[in-house]
Amino acid sequence: MNDAMPKWADIVLIPLINLALALFVSGLVVALIGKNPFEALYILVSGSVGSAYGWGYTLFYATNFIFTGLSVAVAFHARLFNIGGEGQAALGGLGVALVALSIDWPHWALALPVAVIGGMVFGALWAAVPAYLQVRRGSHIVITTIMFNYIAAALMVYLLANVLKVPGSASPETARFIEGARLPNAADILPWVGFSRSTPLNVSFLVAVLACIGVYFLIWRTRLGYEIRAFGHSEPAALYAGISPVRITMLAMLISGGLSGLMAINAVMGEAERLVLDPVQGAGFVGIAVALMGRSHPLGVFIAALLFGALYQGGAELTFEMNGMTREMILVIQALVILFTGALDNMVRSPVERMFLSRRRQPSAPLPTTPMTPGGHPDDAKVEP
Amino acid sequence: MDETLAIELRGISKAFGPVQANKDISIQVKRGTIHGIIGENGAGKSTLMSILYGFYRADSGEVFIGGKKTEIPDSQAAIDAGIGMVFQHFKLVENFTVLENVILGAEDGRLLKPSLAKARKLLKKLADDYEMDVDPDAIIEDLGVGQQQRVEILKALYREADILILDEPTGVLTPAEADHLFRILKGLRDEGKTIILITHKLREIMEITDTVSVMRRGEMTATVKTAETSPEQLAELMVGRKVLLRVDKMPATPGDVVLEVENLRVVDDRNVERLRGIDLTIRAGEVLGIAGVSGNGQSELLEILGGYAKGTGVIRVNGQQIDITGSASVARTRRARGIAHVPEDRQREGLIMDYRAWENIGFGYHDDPKFNSGLLMDNSALKADCVDKMERFDVRPPDPNLAAKNFSGGNQQKIVLAREIERNPDLLLIGQPTRGVDIGAIEFIHQQIVALRDQGKAILLVSVELDEIMALSDRIAVMFDGRIMGERLPSETNQGELGLLMAGITEDAA
Repeated sequence: MNDAMPKWADIVLIPLINLALALFVSGLVVALIGKNPFEALYILVSGSVGSAYGWGYTLFYATNFIFTGLSVAVAFHARLFNIGGEGQAALGGLGVALVALSIDWPHWALALPVAVIGGMVFGALWAAVPAYLQVRRGSHIVITTIMFNYIAAALMVYLLANVLKVPGSASPETARFIEGARLPNAADILPWVGFSRSTPLNVSFLVAVLACIGVYFLIWRTRLGYEIRAFGHSEPAALYAGISPVRITMLAMLISGGLSGLMAINAVMGEAERLVLDPVQGAGFVGIAVALMGRSHPLGVFIAALLFGALYQGGAELTFEMNGMTREMILVIQALVILFTGALDNMVRSPVERMFLSRRRQPSAPLPTTPMTPGGHPDDAKVEP
Repeated sequence: MDETLAIELRGISKAFGPVQANKDISIQVKRGTIHGIIGENGAGKSTLMSILYGFYRADSGEVFIGGKKTEIPDSQAAIDAGIGMVFQHFKLVENFTVLENVILGAEDGRLLKPSLAKARKLLKKLADDYEMDVDPDAIIEDLGVGQQQRVEILKALYREADILILDEPTGVLTPAEADHLFRILKGLRDEGKTIILITHKLREIMEITDTVSVMRRGEMTATVKTAETSPEQLAELMVGRKVLLRVDKMPATPGDVVLEVENLRVVDDRNVERLRGIDLTIRAGEVLGIAGVSGNGQSELLEILGGYAKGTGVIRVNGQQIDITGSASVARTRRARGIAHVPEDRQREGLIMDYRAWENIGFGYHDDPKFNSGLLMDNSALKADCVDKMERFDVRPPDPNLAAKNFSGGNQQKIVLAREIERNPDLLLIGQPTRGVDIGAIEFIHQQIVALRDQGKAILLVSVELDEIMALSDRIAVMFDGRIMGERLPSETNQGELGLLMAGITEDAA
């Protein structure tokens, strides 16, 4: 935690400034290819949040990103970089599908909790292998988790093409889940809002909100969260305090993998209602950007996920409505958002911190002891070549 | 224009954000003198020297070198102006030879050979003149710290420095090495060089400097002739109030044996034996001081006693043998057995710097039921506990919501001490209790250690500050190369004898 600014500035103000900068540069790029940036912005915004239809997709994508973003965020707190969200979510899909296909579920409310467990367990186990390899063999988790994405993809192809496929069908997917294992969508629950019958938004969104709250309590209120953060800040200090690196690495990765696996509830049980090839569609990687932008805080992740959901949906509309806006252009815009919110974060952060500092300096009396600066002692700032 | 002044600073100010690190500092350093700059951590000494060496630009003020107004935008300009700097942490290429390090960045041309030959000649001359003998072909990593420091000085002299700035040069040296360094510095001064010595050790100032300037909170509070001042007066100028430099204590009254260590051995990750058969005993109500130059096994001794290193041998606490083969989490069982540990490096181990004070106050004891309610941690209990401890240990500012990194070194140490001492341990392990701690806090910390001893606790004190060891210990054990070279009573020994033991020289060997 930094004391230089209030928390709201850290998780809301700075991302907003970053976003504004990203959109500004995106506008320049759009102008460069000879299109009207204001028109593009209008389509982007109205397409994502201008109608119930747009909201349905925006929130559906956001649900995916909340799960994968939380997944990356939990691992970040233990200073572990889990980029295996793709694979863990795919395996989570397998877990969800196996649950959904296992028995004749009488009602979705019974199937959902079991599917939640199925998705989490499969996702967690897929993350457990790289975690174990890191603690016992020293294989770096960044390398192993990304390799496990490919292994997961290959495994899914094999299973869907050979084992889980409906006999006689040509498409590599499972049978459609029965009625009692399909999640009701927004049109079923909120008929008066005007979502279309086919809107993908479903009750998983509520599960995602619960997951945000759960992760908040886990990280900031439980002993395990305290230990995870301590380990993430300083491994020597964790050792000193008797916190086992093996235990924390394993647990953080299990939770992280479980959260990625949960994403399948939305994609598999909520939308496709069957297991298809690649149910994740890149959401595992978007989760990294979401966690970075959300400063690994559940509230930040929630907001960032909404933003990326809107970018996905608005971007899709943009390619549709505006001639010459290719998918690649949308990728450029999304990349700019990631660049500004993740990589260039400090560019905005330092001036804003200074602004808050100088505002705080004037009214408050000098501290009773040696002068301090957030970030340490004046001598700490000593530059050494 | 005054030709007798090597350096003159006029009205130097520098601010970092809200902190005024240097405030209108003016100072005159006479040519051919050793000028000490003393002050607590954070007083602004290093900032001032960084301005002089071109790392920072002053917000305002002027620098005169040899009577001429000089702009120093970068370190090359400082070198050109004849300033050489020896940093606390050496800037040497570990796998280069001494000669290669000396010419690095100051080669005369594309070919190295002429420069190397020139440097070799110069080194030989310097070795003869000032006892600066260093093997020019030795690889840096094979040299001891004392010799590495000489290489740093040689680097500056090779660049024809007239003014040599040394930042806390004795921090890593044995007393004998420090004496040698001082002889070198005196020799250089007599040759007409000007030396600026930055330190927080009063003894060194009194021993070697001609003039001393005192800094406090970014300001230059006084410049006095060393011969006309006293350590007490300097301490008062540094802190701003009277300070007790001695530790007042009664003779110890040792009770039952609390800690027994037999033939303790530790091998590190690189398969180097760091502890080579340690035997020691500490009784209740006494302080055993471990003296030694850092890196001779003291850290490993604290780590294995604190429960986060593995080894062989026997450790008994209150007569019960404890497991030293186990995994990392035994640090918790050590705490349950009444071993508290104030680690050597509080910023790396003792505190989570990004955690707030109240989060740190339970660190290591966060399993304690009083800090938990059901599944969740009881944050309000932690905060209440923190407020309470901050008051009793006079932590300033007493704000439990401030992150650990925003406290000064002394107040950080008080937070760790409060946490460990207040658990009422039988045995306190304490490493470098006053490293990076200001004089005012040193006084307080020393009083706490003595008070704990007088309550009948056993204390293992590890420190590289010989003065501290002498002042606090009831018995002194000297470590060298993973062994205990001998044990002495503070009343029956002196710095000279301990210094020899610290260098691994025993009477039988001599």
